[in-house]
Amino acid sequence: MSDIHVDVAVVGAGPAGVAAGIGAREAGAGRVLVIERDWDLGGILQQCIHPGFGLHTFKEELTGPEYMHRWIERAREAGVEFMTNSMVFGAHPDGSLDVMNPDRGVFRVTSGATVLAMGCRERPLGAINIPGSRPAGIYTAGTAQRFVNMEGYMPGDRAVILGSGDIGLIMARRMIWEGAKVEAVFEIMPWAGGLRRNIAQCLDDYGIPFYLNHSVVRVHGHDRLEGVTVVELDSDRRPVPGSERFVPCDTMLLAVGLIPENELSRMAGAEIHPVTGGPILNELYQTTRPSIFAAGNVVIVYDLADWVSQEGVAAGRNAALYAAGALPEPARRLAIRGGKNVRLFSPHYVTGGADATVYFRVTRPIEKRCRVFADHGLYERRERYARPGEMNEVRLAREALAALPDDVTEIVVDAEEV
Amino acid sequence: MSMICVRCPVGCDIKVTAEGDEVKSVEGNSCPRALEFARDEVRNPTRVFATTVRVSGGRLPVCPVRSRGPAPKSRLFDISREVAGLTVPAPVKIGQVILADACGTGVDIIASRDLEAREVTA
Repeated sequence: MSDIHVDVAVVGAGPAGVAAGIGAREAGAGRVLVIERDWDLGGILQQCIHPGFGLHTFKEELTGPEYMHRWIERAREAGVEFMTNSMVFGAHPDGSLDVMNPDRGVFRVTSGATVLAMGCRERPLGAINIPGSRPAGIYTAGTAQRFVNMEGYMPGDRAVILGSGDIGLIMARRMIWEGAKVEAVFEIMPWAGGLRRNIAQCLDDYGIPFYLNHSVVRVHGHDRLEGVTVVELDSDRRPVPGSERFVPCDTMLLAVGLIPENELSRMAGAEIHPVTGGPILNELYQTTRPSIFAAGNVVIVYDLADWVSQEGVAAGRNAALYAAGALPEPARRLAIRGGKNVRLFSPHYVTGGADATVYFRVTRPIEKRCRVFADHGLYERRERYARPGEMNEVRLAREALAALPDDVTEIVVDAEEV
Repeated sequence: MSMICVRCPVGCDIKVTAEGDEVKSVEGNSCPRALEFARDEVRNPTRVFATTVRVSGGRLPVCPVRSRGPAPKSRLFDISREVAGLTVPAPVKIGQVILADACGTGVDIIASRDLEAREVTA
């Protein structure tokens, strides 16, 4: 067991990690190593075989595997090294990593800077408290996606989908294309979780019923799922008496949210934000451990892979600069705060030393003209709507941040009706 | 008629006025892609189709494939059945034609990833 030293180490070879490798090399890092636990590169996009990726980056719509193919080729050309079949099982405050793989056994990777790019996980059944037995046939949408698209078998013949996140909508169509019946999609909230075009092209195209304000309250069946009881919810999210009905099915897919995967971030002592579940960052993608950076869905769950890759490139670049001692010292600390209609946002503070993009999601939809803004007159944009399923961004220019009076310590971002 | 344009993730709500199969006006769009979408939707709705094809001797049992361009929406299930009847030997190269002129639509089905052959263990 011998240690490996690199300039920049990256954990995870999904869209964020591959892009971070490229960003690091382009910023001059000598040895850049991306460590991946799977045998293959590309992360979860390898199972996202539907088109819809890369319109911003490549000006055409690619499938997930095609999108990653292009980024991986770019990374190889840029001289990024990859290590697959390698599990990072420990992370330290200085960014060094405990790794194991079948070739080298257990070893340590030390680095000038580290980028965390572990992505996210799906919220499982246990997290949503549905009573009943635990028969076979209940999967997260992403698990079913892997079964169908990579392992080559169908999870069942007659499905219901709980939650209207994009993966659930995509899987509804996928199951239909493979000859299954999809009874309905049930969403607990009064609005859809996924993109509108996925409601249109995955549900409406195939006449799949979509019920808002509905939830599954019971699962039936002992060995195999036999059906679910669904109920309508009132405006206080309470069941409407008498609205229960039984829907027969042998499969239920859960598309009820994604959670950033941050075991390693915690081990390294990077502070985790209680609401996003991701590390607290500044606009340089730097965690509260200065040599540790983070990008992509490990930070906050993005709508588009394009944004994840873009953030990855930037985080990798800054990690390379840090490793070379060339990242500017923070000038000040300006906290970002979400306004009345904002829950999730990142980064959580800015240093004023660079242009910054703050991403956020509104809590409630605004279906009329609205302004997306940062206060102190830093940014304003008009939009036709603001919806929880679609991330908003505000851009803060370095010059404008530098011109803020010294007594300003906080910047509020929000979207509101005009 | 109102529809949601599916040509990019924005998903504009558009209002399309058509006479017969000719589009007279499109409102509510934020880019020209919606005009093309509306025209196709009125005349001959198309979708890019993605599925998997069975692979023999590959590192995975199936390989993702897609239609090279948009395929007629009314023929997607026919194409799905035709692809389901195929088995392709590994290795598969990205962009490789898996099924030319699927169901006579003129649209090719191509592989959307590289898939190496399975390593043979002694």
